[in-house]
Amino acid sequence: MANKLISEMGLPKSIANVFVARNLLTAKDVLSLTEFDLMELLDVGLATVTSTVSHISEISCPPYQTVLSLLEQRIQNEYLAGHLPTRLKGLDAALCGGIPFGALTELVGPSGIGKTQFCLKLALLASLPTIYGGLDSRVIYIDVESKFNSRRMIEIGVNSFPEIFHIEGMAQEMAGRILVLRPASLAEFTERLQQIKVSLLQRQIKLLIIDSMAALVSREHEEGPPRHHQLGWHISFIKSLAEFSRIPVVVTNQVRSQSSDETSRYSFQVGSKVEYIEDPARSDSHLVAALGIHWAHAVTIRLVLDSKLGKRFIKVAKSPMSPPLAFCFDITSSGISLLNDNGIEMTGPQINTINYQGHSDIIRSAIKGYGDQSE
Amino acid sequence: MEVCRLAISASQRGKLISAGYTSLSSLSSLSPSDLARELKISDNEALEILKAASHGSRLDGTGGSHAVVNGAQTAWDMLCEEDLLTHITTSCADLDNILGGGINCNEVTEIGGVPGIGKTQLGIQLAVNVQIPVECGGLGGKAIYIDTEGSFMVERALQIAEACVQDMLEYNGLHRKEFQACQDKIMQSKDFLGNIFYFRICSYTEQIAIINYLEKFISEHKDVKVVIIDSITFHFRQDFDDMALRTRLLSGMALKLMKVAKTFSLAVVLLNQVTTKYSEGSFHLTLALGDSWSHACTNRVILYWNGNERYAYIDKSPSLRSASSPYSVTAKGIRNLASNSKRIKMM
Repeated sequence: MANKLISEMGLPKSIANVFVARNLLTAKDVLSLTEFDLMELLDVGLATVTSTVSHISEISCPPYQTVLSLLEQRIQNEYLAGHLPTRLKGLDAALCGGIPFGALTELVGPSGIGKTQFCLKLALLASLPTIYGGLDSRVIYIDVESKFNSRRMIEIGVNSFPEIFHIEGMAQEMAGRILVLRPASLAEFTERLQQIKVSLLQRQIKLLIIDSMAALVSREHEEGPPRHHQLGWHISFIKSLAEFSRIPVVVTNQVRSQSSDETSRYSFQVGSKVEYIEDPARSDSHLVAALGIHWAHAVTIRLVLDSKLGKRFIKVAKSPMSPPLAFCFDITSSGISLLNDNGIEMTGPQINTINYQGHSDIIRSAIKGYGDQSE
Repeated sequence: MEVCRLAISASQRGKLISAGYTSLSSLSSLSPSDLARELKISDNEALEILKAASHGSRLDGTGGSHAVVNGAQTAWDMLCEEDLLTHITTSCADLDNILGGGINCNEVTEIGGVPGIGKTQLGIQLAVNVQIPVECGGLGGKAIYIDTEGSFMVERALQIAEACVQDMLEYNGLHRKEFQACQDKIMQSKDFLGNIFYFRICSYTEQIAIINYLEKFISEHKDVKVVIIDSITFHFRQDFDDMALRTRLLSGMALKLMKVAKTFSLAVVLLNQVTTKYSEGSFHLTLALGDSWSHACTNRVILYWNGNERYAYIDKSPSLRSASSPYSVTAKGIRNLASNSKRIKMM
């Protein structure tokens, strides 16, 4: 919409010509200037400028819909009104059906906690035929850290859906629908994203997984633009990709230590003894999600995976439609399974904190159980 | 030179100056045909220039015979108007209290906070609450929801609408006298969704376009009583190398939104994100978009965590005291915090 050409907007000839003469070709060029700038540039009166700008604005503005028609459209056209079930009952109930279409879902947690396992299972679920609860479609898995393990994925498939996978050739077909990309640099990733946008609709791709977003940035960590600008374009692009094609997009993120210049206080909070209550959760954890606050605002759903007292938890930390619940989970041969479908409701900002206690015990017992399991 | 300040095009101005007309008084006694002959322009153009000049001199107050400056309103008239000001309830009594009854119509209110604090929840709650019928104490209006981040979830809007209907039925059950009038008016939750106009904005150009288009849209849909922009920051936070341009665009937007709020007597609610700022020797959280934007809104509310509870703080308002109050986000939407003790703390 921003790149709509002025010449195609039905403006009177004289004005349209003046715009072209001044090199204002798209709606973006015109709307980036204030009305006085335009008067100066085009040498026309204020009334003309005002009416022209409002005409251009009306045409460049996207059409509206009532929320009711949005709801009806989704119920009618989309699988489960726009959700991909994760087969974890408690989590699906909390997310009103599953991972939502058209939005960015983030999995963040320390290394080894199970993010890639979750992604492998999701990829598999999406490739299943609809009668088994899948999306019957292709999946694109962007594997930045080379963690994708097909053997493990087939193992998950065989253990979770034995009735499907024991049919001759099914494993090959399911695995054949998952396309794994391994970009070596941020530039290559950018290129791939643009290619994906083009082929999304043609090739029936209904799930995009990026594992992990943070690794792309840390690889490029030399001199150059500051970190938070590097992914700015990608964030908007991935979001628009998700929304226009109405597919779920799952992104994993890493953690990093909190730096000394981080804060969670506003200036009016400092020094007021009446209100200030010590935040108990803060002292336990020195970990925060990577990629900064702009990314934190940009994701729609944030699922935090962490470990406390030797148990793993998956927490719905940010979601516009879920209460703040934490579910205890375990990694098994069939992927991830919840130990209890009734989540624990967490109050306050502690749902956002990332704990890392007792983790080495988990890793040790996992290794004992699965031999050379890498996650 | 007064002629420079006229709202006419550069070439017309140039001709006036080269013909020797530098002040407005020199134009006041001229007829359009004389001016047209002098500047070698058409009669219509000359008429336009003279109109602009007389408008300019009126604003300067050199008209003399006018007792009141054109376009001004006396403070008394404004006070009478303010008593008729309506508010949109937030469904949380404590929050409504510190806001003086709710979000004010006729004003632009900015609400900001960290991710996950409940900004979108509050936005959706307001979009539903504005539709409460007049008989039940609401405004009976419609809502425009401008979504720049894609955080609007239709399922959540349905949940909140259903809870609102429930609350209205309960309220009705307790207050029997207006029972019949209200009962007829209580809508189904799906009707609530039908009255929210949803726009999905994907770039800053579209954001500017929709704000320009609002005036026309609202004159065609006169019962819109709240415009919610969620969030005003997203598209201005990245890709902007030219900060001066960003500031110009933002202030242009702020002025247009204020004009819309005043012209149509509706509430404009802008949701903002946070960033860190270094001041007084340490880092603090502050709302995004910079210092110049912080002057743009009439009211500013900051949502923050205090221990385990969510609080709202009135950071800036011409008429409300700085105060904070707790609120909570429940399955039904924004509600009061469960405990009964008096919690509003004055700063």
